[in-house]
Amino acid sequence: MNAWLAWLAEPFTYPFMLRGLAAALTVGVVCPVLGAYVVLRGMAFFGDALAHIILPGVVAAFLLGWPLVSGALIVGVLAALAVGAISRRSTIKEDTAIGVVFAGCFALGIALLSSRRGYAVDLSHILFGNLLGVSPSDVLLIAGLGLLALLTVVAFYKEFLVLSFDPLLALTLRLPVHRLQNLMLILLAVVIVASIQAVGVALVLAMLITPAAAASLLTRRLPMMMLVGAGIGALSAVVGLYLSYYTNLASGPAIVLTATAAFAVAFVVRRIRRRVA
Amino acid sequence: MPQSTVRPVDHDPQAPSLSVERLSVHFNGSEALRDVTFRLPAGQRLAVVGPNGAGKTTLFNVLAGAQRPHDGTVRIFGHPPGGDTCIAYVPQRSRIDPAFPASAAEVVMMGRIREIGPLRWPGRRDWQVVRGALDRVGLADQAGRPIGELSGGQQQRVFLAQALAQEAELILLDEPLTGLDFPSQQALFEILDNLRAAGVTELVATHDLNLAAERFDAVMLLNHRLVAFGRPADVLTRDHLVRAYGGHVHVLPEGDLLILTDTCCEGDEADA
Repeated sequence: MNAWLAWLAEPFTYPFMLRGLAAALTVGVVCPVLGAYVVLRGMAFFGDALAHIILPGVVAAFLLGWPLVSGALIVGVLAALAVGAISRRSTIKEDTAIGVVFAGCFALGIALLSSRRGYAVDLSHILFGNLLGVSPSDVLLIAGLGLLALLTVVAFYKEFLVLSFDPLLALTLRLPVHRLQNLMLILLAVVIVASIQAVGVALVLAMLITPAAAASLLTRRLPMMMLVGAGIGALSAVVGLYLSYYTNLASGPAIVLTATAAFAVAFVVRRIRRRVA
Repeated sequence: MPQSTVRPVDHDPQAPSLSVERLSVHFNGSEALRDVTFRLPAGQRLAVVGPNGAGKTTLFNVLAGAQRPHDGTVRIFGHPPGGDTCIAYVPQRSRIDPAFPASAAEVVMMGRIREIGPLRWPGRRDWQVVRGALDRVGLADQAGRPIGELSGGQQQRVFLAQALAQEAELILLDEPLTGLDFPSQQALFEILDNLRAAGVTELVATHDLNLAAERFDAVMLLNHRLVAFGRPADVLTRDHLVRAYGGHVHVLPEGDLLILTDTCCEGDEADA
């Protein structure tokens, strides 16, 4: 028993592991709550694109020595609004327009970064996260952004619900549809930025949609879907960190792999439930 | 899409519930509706009939304020569309995700969120309204069921309950009868009868000419232009139908039987 407890406690005797846990837990809880809307509205591609679009902001902040989050947030919000505007005002299909912006921004980010020495290490941190390099001020910022996102979702829960269920209903109820859509895009950018240090640009999508998708298989009401999704996200964060510590896997991929395993379990549970019912 | 800031507007009691003048709508570069003019008094039920792609959904989108007309005017109780929440737009079944995680009661509550207002949660009175609305459509016992687990007819009734919770005075129903069996259609009409008796105006897009002839106060025959508008018996004539449906109408030699071979939906065949 004591050996078991010691095994559990050991990783978190290191302060950097504790900070990593705090950051990963925040991301694990917040992402699926917003991710529920991403799953319901079929915005997975958009979420992935947004994560890549903000790369130049992350890199610029990094090169200027700002906190990564600050620069990324500016570009993230700008890009979210720009993509929204382009998709409304163009004859090009929306996913094509997003693809063009997505690839261009991503290339710009890598180009900016490639001018530096040691670029491969930096790039891998940005792409796949650097959970163990989270500073105390990063933890505060991530927690602050996460709290902001959660409170906004609570405040606009019923408006976002209608927007996800049927945009035309939102319109006939004369809700400010465009402003709500923009607000959701900004929230998405905020959450993605908060997640970059934990899982990186390339894997943020997994935290947004995998736990939420697993929860959607197990629940039939949106509040439960958010709650169960947050639970799966938090569990993935903790289990992933242990996995990373004891097997020397990179922490970001370890967390995402755990979430993917949780999705697989949910998928099987759902199939068994259906067969029994 | 029009900007959707809403102020409650006072309806002009003298105005018809719906007044459309010389309405033209372009959609993807082609003309979806051309020079459509009609008036509908309050408390009437209108069937909107026409071949696929005739502009029925476009007309509904314009009335709901989701699409802008190219030309012409639309007045709803004397006001332009998009300014008020008195219109409910019951969606075609294909518009709704059957796996959406919401109960029947929650879907009905969606109709009230404008009334509840921003940054507030539904209170006890709101849930009472929701229960009352579900009761009026005969689904009080299904309040907690996920919307996707209800039958097609029950889903339509949930959306009517939503319109009740919204206190809608004009209800647009896009193909609500498609895919419903006879008892479900009858149950739906029973609710629509009650709503009409309470003064609600109803526009129903349908392919079913039999029902259009039997259960509506007025029929609009649409094929981009307004082919005919008026009492069912005056509108659903062989001449009008041939003009609206063109080559899809086959007139059998003996008797007065017309057969429509419009290709998409159930209830296409009809005699008149």
